Amino acid sequence: MAVELDVFVGNTIIMSEEVYQLWLDGYTVNDAVKVRMDGGALDEFEANADVVQSDTMDQYRTFQMCERLLHSPTKLANQLLFQIPPHRQATLIERYYAFDDGFVREVLGKKLSKGTKKDLDDISAKTGVMLKSCRRQFDNFKRVFKVVEELKGPLVENIRQHFLLSDKLARDYAAIVFFANNRFETGKRKLQYLTFQDLAFCAGQLINNWTVGAVDNMVEDMDVDLDKEFLQELKELKVLITDKDLLDQHKSLVCTALRGKTKAFNEMEANFKNLSRGLVNIATKLTNTKDVRDFFIDLVEKVSCPENFLSFHFVVWDRYMGVIKSCIFKMYHD
Amino acid sequence: MPGKLKAKIVAGRHLPVMDRASDLTDAFVEVKFGNTTFKTDVFPKSLNPQWNSEWFKFEVDDEDLQDEPLQITVLDHDTYSANDAIGKVYIDIDPLLYSEAASVISGWFPIYDTIHGIRGEINVLVKVELFNDLNRFRQSSCGVKFFCTTSIPKGYRAAIVHGFVEELVVNEDPEYQWIDRIRTPRASNEARQRLIFLMSGELQRKIGLKVLEMGGNAVVGYLQCFDLEGESGLVVRAIGTACTLEKLSSGSSTHTHPNTAPASNACNSPSKDGKEPVFGEDLPSSSGPPTPFRALPTSSSSPPPFSPSKPCSRQSSSSDTDLSLTPKTGMGSGSMGKDAGPLKTLLRQQTQTALEQRGASSSGLLLNAREFPFFTLTSFPSGFLLHVGGVVSARSVKLLDRIHNPALGNTRSYKLLDWNSVTADEPETRDAWWEEIRQEIKSHAKALGCHAVVGYSENTNICEEVCILSASGTAAILNPRYMREGCLDIAGSDHRFEDPSPSSCGFCHIPYDELNMPFPAQLTYCFHCRRQKVPDVLFTTIDLPSDAAIAGKGCFIQARLCRLKKKAQGEVNATAISNLLPFMEYELHTQLMNKLKLRSMNALFGLSIQISVGENMLLGLASATGVYLTALPAPGGIQIAGKTPGDLNNEQHIMNIQKRINDTIAKNKELYEVNPPKLFALDPEVFCGTNVELTEEVVGSPIPEPRHRSRLFRSHSESSDELSELDLSHGKKDAFVLEVDDTDAVEDIHSLLTDAPPPKGFHSCNTETMPGIYNWTSALQMFTSVRVLRLSNANLTNQALNKIFTDLCENLLKSFYFKLRSMVPCCLSHLNFSVAVPEEELIQVAVTAVAMTFDKDQTQEKPAEKPIMKGCSEGEEQLQFPLELCADSSSVNSQSSSRISGVPESSSLSTRAASVDYGSFADRCSTWLELLRLKAHTIRRGSVKTSRRTQSLAHSVSSLEHSSPITEGRSRLLRSSRSFGGSSVSVVKMTPLSFLPGTRIVKYLGIINMFFIRETTSLREEGGVSGFLHSFVAEVFAMVRAHVAALGGNAVVSYSMKDCVLMENPNKNQCQCLINVSGDAVIYIRETDLEAIASTVGLSSTNSDGAT
Repeated sequence: MAVELDVFVGNTIIMSEEVYQLWLDGYTVNDAVKVRMDGGALDEFEANADVVQSDTMDQYRTFQMCERLLHSPTKLANQLLFQIPPHRQATLIERYYAFDDGFVREVLGKKLSKGTKKDLDDISAKTGVMLKSCRRQFDNFKRVFKVVEELKGPLVENIRQHFLLSDKLARDYAAIVFFANNRFETGKRKLQYLTFQDLAFCAGQLINNWTVGAVDNMVEDMDVDLDKEFLQELKELKVLITDKDLLDQHKSLVCTALRGKTKAFNEMEANFKNLSRGLVNIATKLTNTKDVRDFFIDLVEKVSCPENFLSFHFVVWDRYMGVIKSCIFKMYHD
Repeated sequence: MPGKLKAKIVAGRHLPVMDRASDLTDAFVEVKFGNTTFKTDVFPKSLNPQWNSEWFKFEVDDEDLQDEPLQITVLDHDTYSANDAIGKVYIDIDPLLYSEAASVISGWFPIYDTIHGIRGEINVLVKVELFNDLNRFRQSSCGVKFFCTTSIPKGYRAAIVHGFVEELVVNEDPEYQWIDRIRTPRASNEARQRLIFLMSGELQRKIGLKVLEMGGNAVVGYLQCFDLEGESGLVVRAIGTACTLEKLSSGSSTHTHPNTAPASNACNSPSKDGKEPVFGEDLPSSSGPPTPFRALPTSSSSPPPFSPSKPCSRQSSSSDTDLSLTPKTGMGSGSMGKDAGPLKTLLRQQTQTALEQRGASSSGLLLNAREFPFFTLTSFPSGFLLHVGGVVSARSVKLLDRIHNPALGNTRSYKLLDWNSVTADEPETRDAWWEEIRQEIKSHAKALGCHAVVGYSENTNICEEVCILSASGTAAILNPRYMREGCLDIAGSDHRFEDPSPSSCGFCHIPYDELNMPFPAQLTYCFHCRRQKVPDVLFTTIDLPSDAAIAGKGCFIQARLCRLKKKAQGEVNATAISNLLPFMEYELHTQLMNKLKLRSMNALFGLSIQISVGENMLLGLASATGVYLTALPAPGGIQIAGKTPGDLNNEQHIMNIQKRINDTIAKNKELYEVNPPKLFALDPEVFCGTNVELTEEVVGSPIPEPRHRSRLFRSHSESSDELSELDLSHGKKDAFVLEVDDTDAVEDIHSLLTDAPPPKGFHSCNTETMPGIYNWTSALQMFTSVRVLRLSNANLTNQALNKIFTDLCENLLKSFYFKLRSMVPCCLSHLNFSVAVPEEELIQVAVTAVAMTFDKDQTQEKPAEKPIMKGCSEGEEQLQFPLELCADSSSVNSQSSSRISGVPESSSLSTRAASVDYGSFADRCSTWLELLRLKAHTIRRGSVKTSRRTQSLAHSVSSLEHSSPITEGRSRLLRSSRSFGGSSVSVVKMTPLSFLPGTRIVKYLGIINMFFIRETTSLREEGGVSGFLHSFVAEVFAMVRAHVAALGGNAVVSYSMKDCVLMENPNKNQCQCLINVSGDAVIYIRETDLEAIASTVGLSSTNSDGAT
């Protein structure tokens, strides 16, 4: 005696967010049933294992059928196959495109290619995220990347419009796309301490200031590619370390601005030359694609490490860079 | 050319990629109606083509408009090879043919392919211009409205209920044609789909014709079914109730408070009077009223006894009657069946003479209606239903063999491609079969002293070449007053015509004579009015009357049964089946009765018994909603009796069982809040579960009043002193005794106790409304669930099989409760189970139901629709008159039935019925084949037509077609708001019920009747059978919703899935499924929005007036 067929279809979609999450996390039906039963599903409404199994199967099937639509979320709103209330549509999409920070940290900056996809089982083993879920997340990245790649206009806005994501999630995807496009190396051991959110913040900064879009907002790839002209112009910054006068002037300006504001001031003042050299060197090399990829490594190796910069908190680092930036701008325009 | 159909193809979206190279599609569209085809231009390289075509115009007969669907085929253009079909859309244009409904079909339709399912959507505009050519009404029946709803639709009143209409159309099944061997399965399925669309269109038109001939303008409770008979063909048949509906003025339709309803009634009455002559005109005054019931002669004033022979013959045949105290029909049919032949000839004679008397001008339809006073309605305006006798049903086993359809066998070769032509002889055969069944039902009803059958339905079950035809309904006496007035007001709370017995209990009173009961039953005086007698239990197929007095809540009760059967062929098989049937019916009935008592209830509503045949087993499933009617005596308990009294061990065992049963009863009483009012107690606590108003009436004047009245009205029967004999000690009533004599019996009792009650917060029923719950909130979820079980063990016993089947049903219910747990407190309404044995060792159960939430806090209160006892307190002189009337009608019936039953007694051996009735099949099978041929010249009903009648009808129909400007304005408003809504899909609600809680239906847009076939050759890839069916069901829902939305509607009511035939072949990785669904497309407005809209409608209508 075996249940040969068992379906339950509602006129309005029937789903529980718990089961959806289990499905997204890559649980098999049997594992999901186990999780649900351990979670107390049995206590409710005199359910037994068969009932939970049947319910889980139905929902899994529904999700599988929805998956095709979720690949282009705009279709979900005007498809006719499933009747899904708007708030449910939003939940379905948002959850489908959500990702594990642990996983994305591993893929960040890698080429979203078949080769990378093959390595997903390693990543799965490393991060504890189920392979199925890894694949979904990876495919999501790739899909968003492909769609946005050739679009004009601001990156975040494009992602939000085409995938109906929340602002926060759209920004994260923008960062992922940006990293993937510029192939920033983030996997080195020295960078391991950085979380995805740290890097996403950096990406946001770069997108806002260093891309073509920062100056012109109607170009293709405007938010994805760094502004080549700007990178070229950065070369001129070399004077900051080659010209003694300028170096001193720079130092005094920075020190005046920072005096009494940071505990590391003395250390900074003493090492200003090395520090500045590191930063300027990074800036002047950015025309080189290879060096662009190593941007974050260079920042850590050549700026932070020699001066024990790790002791600096990010707030401080941010402040420091901000000042440097403003200084550099000022002097550059002079 | 009475009609011009116009279609415009606007655009497509989400089309599939047809050209792998470019990942795009070069799509164009073929629009076909009848034999005319138009094409759009090719829209190259796009998945979202914008054709924006011209208007394609088809000039066609309105007959074709009714029969044919508009066929839209989307194709991919291919320069070098044949164009690939992407998919099709069939649009039924019937809703455009009556002006009250939709004026345009416009919207996105899913493009459907039998292999790939839904492949994108297409935006289409369809309009019809009908020319008012009244003479054309003969072949077409444009303008007749169809409703699946089994009650008078909201916003309408029934001026006249004409009665039963039926028709069937037979054709060859394209799947069984020789050409099927060379064409692709896809082409075959396409052909099948198209054919069934055509056939149902034709059927609807023919039914419409009959309705027009009867003088009606609508069919309510329209039930259409397909019989896939395989080799012997494809039968599409339908039954319904013909009515003359009048639209209530919208003012009152939006606010049909009971108070305002009589007022609207009064408003309408002048028009009604005005119309009376129209109907009277073509009827000779001597023949009297146009309705069947008025035609009954009124001679005697006291109910004459039944002929003594009648009950005797029934009793002798009904071996079950000792236990089953309710009219049980399957058993009776043994003897009834034998009588059927002569009975019918007699009837025919009778009706023929009646016809002669009436003269030539009287149409044959009067005869038709008189022949079968059946109503497919399940709920009625209050006061319409006088008494209910009980369930009547009939089953008959038939052999579908080509030999019996000689016409088909011979004409096969040249009929191949002409699916439209109907073999002349074939419908006759099927008609004759059904006629037998109906006659049987009618005679059962007569035996119960009833002149009508309500809640009537018919269905078939086919396994290979054996076909079981079943019909069932509820024998009833209808108010002749209503029939003669021709007034069936749905809001009818007109107390002038109140029946002597209050409506809260009147329908429980026995219609048959207590001295000559058709079956033994324990009668008591009605616990409500104590004037007339009531049975101790009541089984019906209808919904609980809205004004019935009940205690507590209702509950879903199901009896399930499996019986093994030897594999056999042909007539041997048919004999085996027909021999098993009575036992199955008996056991199902016993189970129902036990379960009812176990729940401490005394009445069943919405009873439907389904028997399904498989190659090696029969499945029986009876579903109903149990309720405690306060008019009926409290059910006694269940007592267990052992066969061997001496055995101590056994005694102990029995004691244990008895205790468990008693506990269960007590628990159930609490669960369903069954606290019947103790009539003479003054303790207010007792009444908490019931209508306070009602009990106070009784309490206020306990004895003198009823006694007084009963003397007044029951002078012809025994003295009213019997009141004192009323058994007031509930619970001590004669208990139902179950004997435990073997292990089987023990098993049975155990299985009785295994039915788990629904979890807390859940209720379930299979009727329209849940007895005891009145305050619905608006959330609802309609669902369809299908489960198929494979029996792995070939050597199963009946008991084991029963267990499996019971568990299957119970587990399904459990699953529903679990899935819908977020909706509590909620009620699963209209639980409609259907069982099938698709293959050997497979059991399939399909369920469609709706979950509705309700407000828990107010469940105790029934909204005071009207004081239930009000009728009694009104002038007594008025009441005397209707009583006489109803006594008349019942007496007439019992008289005529006695006449009929008298004759077969003498001649029962001379002729034999052609049907294979169980119990008597074996001695008949040798002759019935031959008799079938004799039957070929059955009278074709509805063949008599009078031109005068149809013309006058045309007038009345057209006068009815003017819908009020306010509803027009409102729908315009709805429509416009819909179109402004942008591309997002509008929500379409679906429900198997006739109403949507918290809303008001403002417009019926037409019937939805769709048939789809889906197949796959990559079953595994689609997720197995479950995956395949899951997506198919979802697709069917989607297509129904899309059609409703295109008509401008926002809901489907009275939705049902009539067929779900699944054939799988996992070894070949193949599967095929057929689904047939129907319902009424409507526009509803939320009650809370009504006020706002009422004001804006005023504005918009003035605006539009200004514009034009």
